[in-house]
Amino acid sequence: MNKLSLIGLLSLVIRRDLVLAMRRRADVLTTLIFFVIVVSLFPLGVGPEMDMLRKMAPGVVWVAALLASMLSLGRMFSADYLDGTLEQMMLVPQSLSILVLAKILAHWMVSGLPLVIMAPVLGLQFDMSAQALWVLIAALLLGTPILSMIGAVGAALTLGLRGGGALVSLLVLPLCIPVLVFGAGAVEAVVSGTSVSSHLSLLGALLVIALVFTPWVTALALRISME
Amino acid sequence: MVPWFAWSAVILFVAGLYISFFVAPTDIQQSEAYRIMFIHVPASILSMFIYLVMAGYAALGLIFNTRLSSMMASALAPTGALLAFLSLWTGALWGKPMWGAWWVWDARLTSELILLFLYLGFIALHASIDDPRRADRASALLAIIGSVNVPIIYFSVQWWNTLHQGASVKFTGTSMHVAMQQGMYTMMLAVWLYAIAVSLLRVRCIILERECKAQWVSELVEVRQ
Repeated sequence: MNKLSLIGLLSLVIRRDLVLAMRRRADVLTTLIFFVIVVSLFPLGVGPEMDMLRKMAPGVVWVAALLASMLSLGRMFSADYLDGTLEQMMLVPQSLSILVLAKILAHWMVSGLPLVIMAPVLGLQFDMSAQALWVLIAALLLGTPILSMIGAVGAALTLGLRGGGALVSLLVLPLCIPVLVFGAGAVEAVVSGTSVSSHLSLLGALLVIALVFTPWVTALALRISME
Repeated sequence: MVPWFAWSAVILFVAGLYISFFVAPTDIQQSEAYRIMFIHVPASILSMFIYLVMAGYAALGLIFNTRLSSMMASALAPTGALLAFLSLWTGALWGKPMWGAWWVWDARLTSELILLFLYLGFIALHASIDDPRRADRASALLAIIGSVNVPIIYFSVQWWNTLHQGASVKFTGTSMHVAMQQGMYTMMLAVWLYAIAVSLLRVRCIILERECKAQWVSELVEVRQ
Protein backbone atom coordinates (compact mmCIF):
# COMPACT_ATOMS: atom_id res chain seq x y z
CA MET A 1 0.00 0.00 0.00
CA ASN A 2 1.48 3.36 -0.95
CA LYS A 3 1.64 6.03 1.72
CA LEU A 4 -0.42 9.16 1.10
CA SER A 5 1.25 12.55 1.20
CA LEU A 6 -0.11 15.17 3.58
CA ILE A 7 -1.75 17.15 0.80
CA GLY A 8 -3.20 13.96 -0.64
CA LEU A 9 -4.69 13.08 2.73
CA LEU A 10 -6.01 16.59 3.19
CA SER A 11 -7.82 16.62 -0.13
CA LEU A 12 -9.02 13.04 0.29
CA VAL A 13 -10.72 13.78 3.62
CA ILE A 14 -12.15 17.08 2.36
CA ARG A 15 -13.57 15.37 -0.71
CA ARG A 16 -15.04 12.56 1.38
CA ASP A 17 -16.73 14.96 3.82
CA LEU A 18 -18.07 17.09 0.99
CA VAL A 19 -19.55 14.05 -0.73
CA LEU A 20 -21.12 12.98 2.53
CA ALA A 21 -22.55 16.46 3.05
CA MET A 22 -23.95 16.53 -0.51
CA ARG A 23 -25.72 13.26 0.13
CA ARG A 24 -27.53 14.95 3.00
CA ARG A 25 -28.32 18.32 1.55
CA ALA A 26 -31.08 18.95 4.09
CA ASP A 27 -28.55 19.36 6.91
CA VAL A 28 -26.64 22.03 5.01
CA LEU A 29 -29.79 23.86 4.08
CA THR A 30 -31.09 23.83 7.66
CA THR A 31 -28.09 25.85 8.84
CA LEU A 32 -28.50 28.34 6.03
CA ILE A 33 -32.24 28.73 6.55
CA PHE A 34 -31.70 29.15 10.28
CA PHE A 35 -29.26 31.98 9.54
CA VAL A 36 -31.72 33.69 7.19
CA ILE A 37 -34.61 33.35 9.63
CA VAL A 38 -32.69 34.68 12.63
CA VAL A 39 -31.51 37.72 10.69
CA SER A 40 -35.00 38.36 9.33
CA LEU A 41 -36.53 38.14 12.81
CA PHE A 42 -34.69 41.20 14.05
CA PRO A 43 -36.51 43.82 11.93
CA LEU A 44 -39.80 42.22 13.01
CA GLY A 45 -38.74 42.38 16.66
CA VAL A 46 -37.31 45.89 16.87
CA GLY A 47 -39.39 47.63 14.21
CA PRO A 48 -38.66 48.59 10.62
CA GLU A 49 -36.93 52.00 11.12
CA MET A 50 -34.13 51.96 8.56
CA ASP A 51 -31.77 54.14 10.60
CA MET A 52 -31.72 51.77 13.51
CA LEU A 53 -31.56 48.69 11.30
CA ARG A 54 -28.57 50.06 9.41
CA LYS A 55 -26.77 50.57 12.71
CA MET A 56 -27.63 47.11 14.00
CA ALA A 57 -26.96 45.19 10.79
CA PRO A 58 -23.31 44.13 11.31
CA GLY A 59 -23.96 42.90 14.82
CA VAL A 60 -27.11 41.05 13.84
CA VAL A 61 -25.50 39.30 10.88
CA TRP A 62 -22.50 38.30 12.96
CA VAL A 63 -24.49 36.98 15.91
CA ALA A 64 -26.72 35.01 13.54
CA ALA A 65 -23.65 33.57 11.79
CA LEU A 66 -22.20 32.59 15.17
CA LEU A 67 -25.41 30.83 16.21
CA ALA A 68 -25.79 29.12 12.84
CA SER A 69 -22.26 27.77 13.02
CA MET A 70 -22.98 26.44 16.53
CA LEU A 71 -25.94 24.56 15.08
CA SER A 72 -23.87 22.39 12.79
CA LEU A 73 -20.96 21.74 15.16
CA GLY A 74 -22.45 18.60 16.60
CA ARG A 75 -22.30 16.94 13.19
CA MET A 76 -18.60 17.56 12.69
CA PHE A 77 -17.40 14.40 14.40
CA SER A 78 -20.49 12.60 15.70
CA ALA A 79 -21.39 10.59 12.57
CA ASP A 80 -17.82 9.34 12.20
CA TYR A 81 -17.71 8.61 15.90
CA LEU A 82 -20.90 6.56 15.84
CA ASP A 83 -19.99 4.34 12.87
CA GLY A 84 -16.40 3.84 14.02
CA THR A 85 -14.73 5.75 11.18
CA LEU A 86 -13.13 8.13 13.64
CA GLU A 87 -11.37 5.27 15.40
CA GLN A 88 -9.94 4.11 12.08
CA MET A 89 -8.86 7.66 11.30
CA MET A 90 -6.90 7.80 14.55
CA LEU A 91 -4.97 4.70 13.49
CA VAL A 92 -3.65 6.12 10.22
CA PRO A 93 0.11 6.71 10.11
CA GLN A 94 -0.27 10.37 9.16
CA SER A 95 -0.75 13.08 11.76
CA LEU A 96 -4.22 13.32 13.25
CA SER A 97 -3.96 17.13 13.26
CA ILE A 98 -3.89 17.19 9.45
CA LEU A 99 -6.93 14.95 9.34
CA VAL A 100 -8.72 17.22 11.78
CA LEU A 101 -7.72 20.27 9.76
CA ALA A 102 -9.23 18.66 6.67
CA LYS A 103 -12.45 17.95 8.53
CA ILE A 104 -12.57 21.55 9.79
CA LEU A 105 -12.04 22.89 6.27
CA ALA A 106 -14.76 20.65 4.90
CA HIS A 107 -17.08 21.75 7.71
CA TRP A 108 -16.38 25.37 6.89
CA MET A 109 -17.08 24.85 3.18
CA VAL A 110 -20.38 23.23 4.03
CA SER A 111 -21.63 25.48 6.82
CA GLY A 112 -19.46 28.65 6.79
CA LEU A 113 -19.12 29.45 3.09
CA PRO A 114 -22.89 29.43 2.36
CA LEU A 115 -23.33 31.96 5.18
CA VAL A 116 -20.71 34.24 3.63
CA ILE A 117 -22.43 34.03 0.24
CA MET A 118 -25.85 34.63 1.76
CA ALA A 119 -24.80 37.53 4.02
CA PRO A 120 -24.79 40.33 1.35
CA VAL A 121 -28.37 39.52 0.41
CA LEU A 122 -29.37 39.82 4.05
CA GLY A 123 -27.31 43.00 4.33
CA LEU A 124 -29.46 44.52 1.58
CA GLN A 125 -32.50 43.85 3.74
CA PHE A 126 -30.86 46.12 6.30
CA ASP A 127 -30.04 48.77 3.72
CA MET A 128 -26.27 48.49 4.05
CA SER A 129 -24.09 50.42 1.61
CA ALA A 130 -22.10 48.60 -1.07
CA GLN A 131 -18.82 49.37 0.65
CA ALA A 132 -20.08 48.05 3.97
CA LEU A 133 -21.25 44.89 2.22
CA TRP A 134 -17.78 44.23 0.80
CA VAL A 135 -16.23 44.68 4.24
CA LEU A 136 -18.88 42.39 5.69
CA ILE A 137 -17.96 39.69 3.17
CA ALA A 138 -14.24 40.11 3.86
CA ALA A 139 -14.75 39.99 7.62
CA LEU A 140 -16.98 36.93 7.37
CA LEU A 141 -14.49 35.20 5.08
CA LEU A 142 -11.78 35.73 7.69
CA GLY A 143 -14.02 35.09 10.68
CA THR A 144 -16.16 32.07 9.89
CA PRO A 145 -13.17 29.68 9.55
CA ILE A 146 -12.14 30.73 13.08
CA LEU A 147 -15.63 29.87 14.32
CA SER A 148 -15.35 26.43 12.71
CA MET A 149 -11.91 25.88 14.25
CA ILE A 150 -12.81 26.93 17.78
CA GLY A 151 -16.03 24.99 17.41
CA ALA A 152 -14.09 21.88 16.45
CA VAL A 153 -12.31 21.95 19.82
CA GLY A 154 -15.66 22.14 21.62
CA ALA A 155 -17.17 19.43 19.43
CA ALA A 156 -14.22 17.13 20.10
CA LEU A 157 -14.38 17.73 23.86
CA THR A 158 -18.10 16.95 24.06
CA LEU A 159 -18.03 14.01 21.67
CA GLY A 160 -20.57 11.38 22.65
CA LEU A 161 -21.83 13.16 25.76
CA ARG A 162 -25.44 13.53 26.72
CA GLY A 163 -26.72 17.05 26.20
CA GLY A 164 -23.71 17.71 23.97
CA GLY A 165 -25.42 20.35 21.83
CA ALA A 166 -26.14 22.84 24.59
CA LEU A 167 -22.82 22.14 26.26
CA VAL A 168 -20.90 22.89 23.07
CA SER A 169 -22.47 26.33 22.90
CA LEU A 170 -21.62 26.99 26.54
CA LEU A 171 -17.97 26.10 25.93
CA VAL A 172 -17.47 27.66 22.53
CA LEU A 173 -19.48 30.90 22.61
CA PRO A 174 -17.30 32.68 25.22
CA LEU A 175 -14.20 31.84 23.19
CA CYS A 176 -15.78 33.22 20.00
CA ILE A 177 -16.39 36.68 21.46
CA PRO A 178 -13.16 38.24 20.08
CA VAL A 179 -14.13 37.15 16.56
CA LEU A 180 -17.55 38.70 17.01
CA VAL A 181 -16.12 41.96 18.35
CA PHE A 182 -13.58 42.47 15.56
CA GLY A 183 -15.85 41.14 12.83
CA ALA A 184 -18.74 43.42 13.67
CA GLY A 185 -16.27 46.18 14.50
CA ALA A 186 -14.84 46.13 10.97
CA VAL A 187 -18.24 46.73 9.39
CA GLU A 188 -19.12 49.41 11.93
CA ALA A 189 -15.79 51.10 11.20
CA VAL A 190 -16.59 51.42 7.52
CA VAL A 191 -20.04 52.78 8.31
CA SER A 192 -18.62 55.42 10.66
CA GLY A 193 -15.75 56.18 8.28
CA THR A 194 -12.74 55.06 10.33
CA SER A 195 -10.03 52.64 9.33
CA VAL A 196 -11.13 49.10 8.51
CA SER A 197 -7.74 47.56 8.12
CA SER A 198 -6.94 47.34 11.84
CA HIS A 199 -10.01 45.19 12.52
CA LEU A 200 -9.38 43.02 9.48
CA SER A 201 -5.72 42.58 10.38
CA LEU A 202 -6.66 41.49 13.89
CA LEU A 203 -9.17 39.01 12.44
CA GLY A 204 -6.45 37.72 10.13
CA ALA A 205 -4.08 37.36 13.06
CA LEU A 206 -6.72 35.42 14.98
CA LEU A 207 -7.22 33.21 11.92
CA VAL A 208 -3.51 32.41 11.69
CA ILE A 209 -3.23 31.66 15.41
CA ALA A 210 -6.32 29.45 15.26
CA LEU A 211 -4.99 27.70 12.16
CA VAL A 212 -1.80 26.79 14.00
CA PHE A 213 -3.22 25.74 17.33
CA THR A 214 -6.78 24.47 16.98
CA PRO A 215 -6.16 21.38 14.79
CA TRP A 216 -3.55 20.24 17.26
CA VAL A 217 -5.73 20.93 20.32
CA THR A 218 -8.71 19.28 18.62
CA ALA A 219 -6.63 16.19 17.92
CA LEU A 220 -5.64 16.10 21.61
CA ALA A 221 -9.27 16.49 22.64
CA LEU A 222 -10.33 13.70 20.29
CA ARG A 223 -7.74 11.36 21.80
CA ILE A 224 -9.05 12.19 25.27
CA SER A 225 -12.64 11.59 24.18
CA MET A 226 -11.90 8.33 22.41
CA GLU A 227 -10.12 6.56 25.27
CA MET B 1 -4.95 22.48 57.76
CA VAL B 2 -8.54 23.45 56.98
CA PRO B 3 -9.44 24.81 60.46
CA TRP B 4 -6.26 26.92 60.54
CA PHE B 5 -7.03 28.63 57.26
CA ALA B 6 -10.72 28.89 58.04
CA TRP B 7 -10.24 30.50 61.46
CA SER B 8 -7.59 32.93 60.32
CA ALA B 9 -9.86 33.84 57.41
CA VAL B 10 -12.72 34.58 59.82
CA ILE B 11 -10.50 36.68 62.09
CA LEU B 12 -9.09 38.63 59.18
CA PHE B 13 -12.55 39.15 57.72
CA VAL B 14 -13.72 40.69 60.98
CA ALA B 15 -10.60 42.84 61.26
CA GLY B 16 -10.74 43.83 57.62
CA LEU B 17 -14.41 44.78 57.78
CA TYR B 18 -13.76 46.81 60.94
CA ILE B 19 -10.94 48.73 59.27
CA SER B 20 -12.88 49.25 56.08
CA PHE B 21 -16.02 50.54 57.78
CA PHE B 22 -14.74 52.44 60.82
CA VAL B 23 -11.08 53.26 60.36
CA ALA B 24 -10.70 54.06 56.68
CA PRO B 25 -11.57 57.70 55.91
CA THR B 26 -14.33 58.78 53.59
CA ASP B 27 -13.24 59.33 50.01
CA ILE B 28 -13.48 62.85 48.63
CA GLN B 29 -14.84 61.96 45.23
CA GLN B 30 -16.82 58.84 45.95
CA SER B 31 -17.92 59.47 49.60
CA GLU B 32 -19.01 56.28 51.35
CA ALA B 33 -19.72 54.21 48.28
CA TYR B 34 -16.07 53.47 47.65
CA ARG B 35 -16.09 51.10 50.64
CA ILE B 36 -17.43 48.36 48.39
CA MET B 37 -13.92 48.29 46.99
CA PHE B 38 -12.79 46.32 50.04
CA ILE B 39 -14.70 43.29 48.82
CA HIS B 40 -14.74 44.05 45.09
CA VAL B 41 -10.99 44.25 44.53
CA PRO B 42 -9.98 41.10 46.45
CA ALA B 43 -12.77 39.11 44.81
CA SER B 44 -11.75 40.25 41.32
CA ILE B 45 -8.06 39.60 41.82
CA LEU B 46 -8.69 36.20 43.35
CA SER B 47 -11.12 35.19 40.62
CA MET B 48 -8.38 35.75 38.04
CA PHE B 49 -5.65 34.23 40.15
CA ILE B 50 -7.66 31.12 40.99
CA TYR B 51 -8.27 30.59 37.30
CA LEU B 52 -4.54 30.58 36.66
CA VAL B 53 -3.92 28.22 39.57
CA MET B 54 -6.74 25.99 38.33
CA ALA B 55 -5.36 25.95 34.79
CA GLY B 56 -1.90 25.23 36.21
CA TYR B 57 -3.17 22.27 38.22
CA ALA B 58 -5.17 21.09 35.22
CA ALA B 59 -2.05 21.26 33.03
CA LEU B 60 -0.07 19.32 35.64
CA GLY B 61 -2.79 16.71 35.73
CA LEU B 62 -2.89 16.48 31.95
CA ILE B 63 0.85 16.31 31.43
CA PHE B 64 2.03 14.17 34.33
CA ASN B 65 -1.22 12.27 34.78
CA THR B 66 -1.30 12.99 38.50
CA ARG B 67 -4.68 12.43 40.04
CA LEU B 68 -4.46 14.91 42.90
CA SER B 69 -3.76 17.94 40.71
CA SER B 70 -6.85 17.25 38.61
CA MET B 71 -8.86 16.96 41.81
CA MET B 72 -7.44 20.28 43.00
CA ALA B 73 -8.43 21.87 39.69
CA SER B 74 -12.02 20.72 40.01
CA ALA B 75 -12.07 21.76 43.67
CA LEU B 76 -10.94 25.29 42.82
CA ALA B 77 -13.49 25.88 40.05
CA PRO B 78 -16.63 26.55 42.17
CA THR B 79 -14.75 28.98 44.44
CA GLY B 80 -13.40 30.81 41.42
CA ALA B 81 -16.83 31.00 39.84
CA LEU B 82 -18.28 32.32 43.10
CA LEU B 83 -15.63 35.02 43.35
CA ALA B 84 -16.05 36.01 39.70
CA PHE B 85 -19.78 36.35 40.28
CA LEU B 86 -19.17 38.29 43.49
CA SER B 87 -16.81 40.62 41.70
CA LEU B 88 -19.39 41.32 38.99
CA TRP B 89 -22.16 41.78 41.51
CA THR B 90 -20.28 44.15 43.80
CA GLY B 91 -19.05 45.90 40.68
CA ALA B 92 -22.66 46.45 39.63
CA LEU B 93 -23.54 47.77 43.09
CA TRP B 94 -20.57 50.09 42.92
CA GLY B 95 -21.23 51.14 39.35
CA LYS B 96 -24.78 52.28 40.03
CA PRO B 97 -23.88 55.25 42.29
CA MET B 98 -20.60 56.03 40.51
CA TRP B 99 -21.31 55.61 36.81
CA GLY B 100 -25.10 55.77 37.05
CA ALA B 101 -25.56 52.32 35.53
CA TRP B 102 -25.60 48.78 36.85
CA TRP B 103 -23.71 47.56 33.84
CA VAL B 104 -21.69 49.15 31.07
CA TRP B 105 -20.11 47.29 28.17
CA ASP B 106 -16.64 48.10 29.33
CA ALA B 107 -13.73 45.89 28.29
CA ARG B 108 -12.89 44.80 31.81
CA LEU B 109 -16.47 44.04 32.78
CA THR B 110 -17.03 42.04 29.63
CA SER B 111 -13.87 40.02 30.00
CA GLU B 112 -14.67 39.30 33.65
CA LEU B 113 -18.08 38.08 32.49
CA ILE B 114 -16.33 35.80 29.99
CA LEU B 115 -14.20 34.51 32.86
CA LEU B 116 -17.38 33.58 34.73
CA PHE B 117 -18.64 31.78 31.61
CA LEU B 118 -15.35 29.91 31.35
CA TYR B 119 -15.65 28.76 34.96
CA LEU B 120 -19.23 27.64 34.32
CA GLY B 121 -18.17 25.84 31.13
CA PHE B 122 -15.42 24.05 33.02
CA ILE B 123 -17.83 22.94 35.75
CA ALA B 124 -20.52 21.93 33.24
CA LEU B 125 -18.11 19.92 31.10
CA HIS B 126 -16.70 18.19 34.16
CA ALA B 127 -20.17 17.39 35.44
CA SER B 128 -21.48 15.96 32.18
CA ILE B 129 -18.74 13.35 31.69
CA ASP B 130 -19.35 10.28 33.80
CA ASP B 131 -15.86 8.82 33.75
CA PRO B 132 -13.84 10.99 36.19
CA ARG B 133 -10.52 10.46 34.40
CA ARG B 134 -11.90 11.54 31.06
CA ALA B 135 -13.73 14.43 32.75
CA ASP B 136 -10.46 15.61 34.31
CA ARG B 137 -8.55 15.53 31.07
CA ALA B 138 -11.25 17.09 28.89
CA SER B 139 -11.91 19.95 31.29
CA ALA B 140 -8.17 20.42 31.80
CA LEU B 141 -7.81 21.11 28.10
CA LEU B 142 -10.66 23.61 28.29
CA ALA B 143 -9.12 25.35 31.30
CA ILE B 144 -5.80 25.74 29.51
CA ILE B 145 -7.45 27.18 26.39
CA GLY B 146 -9.46 29.59 28.52
CA SER B 147 -6.43 30.90 30.42
CA VAL B 148 -5.77 33.13 27.39
CA ASN B 149 -8.50 35.36 28.82
CA VAL B 150 -6.85 36.15 32.17
CA PRO B 151 -4.13 38.50 30.87
CA ILE B 152 -6.78 40.16 28.72
CA ILE B 153 -8.82 41.01 31.82
CA TYR B 154 -5.80 42.16 33.74
CA PHE B 155 -4.50 44.48 31.05
CA SER B 156 -7.88 45.50 29.63
CA VAL B 157 -7.81 48.76 31.57
CA GLN B 158 -4.50 49.76 30.05
CA TRP B 159 -5.19 48.49 26.55
CA TRP B 160 -8.64 49.92 25.99
CA ASN B 161 -8.64 52.72 28.55
CA THR B 162 -12.42 52.66 29.06
CA LEU B 163 -14.68 53.58 31.95
CA HIS B 164 -13.26 51.18 34.53
CA GLN B 165 -10.53 52.92 36.49
CA GLY B 166 -6.93 51.81 36.41
CA ALA B 167 -5.15 50.05 39.24
CA SER B 168 -4.59 52.16 42.35
CA VAL B 169 -2.29 49.63 43.94
CA LYS B 170 1.02 49.19 42.21
CA PHE B 171 4.25 47.56 43.24
CA THR B 172 5.97 50.92 43.08
CA GLY B 173 3.75 52.75 45.54
CA THR B 174 0.09 53.65 45.62
CA SER B 175 -2.30 56.55 45.48
CA MET B 176 -4.35 55.42 48.48
CA HIS B 177 -4.62 56.45 52.12
CA VAL B 178 -2.77 54.20 54.56
CA ALA B 179 -5.90 53.01 56.40
CA MET B 180 -7.56 52.18 53.10
CA GLN B 181 -4.51 50.17 52.14
CA GLN B 182 -4.52 48.29 55.40
CA GLY B 183 -8.20 47.49 55.04
CA MET B 184 -7.69 46.32 51.51
CA TYR B 185 -4.71 44.11 52.28
CA THR B 186 -6.46 42.59 55.29
CA MET B 187 -9.51 41.81 53.20
CA MET B 188 -7.33 40.47 50.41
CA LEU B 189 -5.58 38.13 52.79
CA ALA B 190 -8.92 37.09 54.29
CA VAL B 191 -10.42 36.22 50.91
CA TRP B 192 -7.21 34.43 50.02
CA LEU B 193 -7.35 32.27 53.15
CA TYR B 194 -11.07 31.66 52.67
CA ALA B 195 -10.43 30.39 49.14
CA ILE B 196 -7.67 28.08 50.35
CA ALA B 197 -9.79 26.73 53.22
CA VAL B 198 -12.83 26.05 51.07
CA SER B 199 -10.83 24.48 48.26
CA LEU B 200 -8.99 22.19 50.66
CA LEU B 201 -12.27 21.14 52.22
CA ARG B 202 -13.73 20.47 48.80
CA VAL B 203 -10.72 18.53 47.57
CA ARG B 204 -10.93 16.39 50.69
CA CYS B 205 -14.51 15.48 49.80
CA ILE B 206 -13.51 14.75 46.21
CA ILE B 207 -10.65 12.51 47.30
CA LEU B 208 -12.89 10.57 49.68
CA GLU B 209 -15.56 10.24 47.02
CA ARG B 210 -13.19 8.98 44.33
CA GLU B 211 -11.14 6.72 46.58
CA CYS B 212 -14.12 5.32 48.46
CA LYS B 213 -13.09 1.78 47.55
CA ALA B 214 -9.49 2.20 48.72
CA GLN B 215 -8.34 0.48 51.86
CA TRP B 216 -7.10 3.60 53.66
CA VAL B 217 -10.50 5.22 53.39
CA SER B 218 -12.26 2.29 55.04
CA GLU B 219 -9.71 2.43 57.86
CA LEU B 220 -10.48 6.08 58.68
CA VAL B 221 -11.98 6.64 62.11
CA GLU B 222 -14.88 8.68 60.73
CA VAL B 223 -15.77 6.00 58.20
CA ARG B 224 -15.67 3.08 60.63
CA GLN B 225 -18.05 4.69 63.06
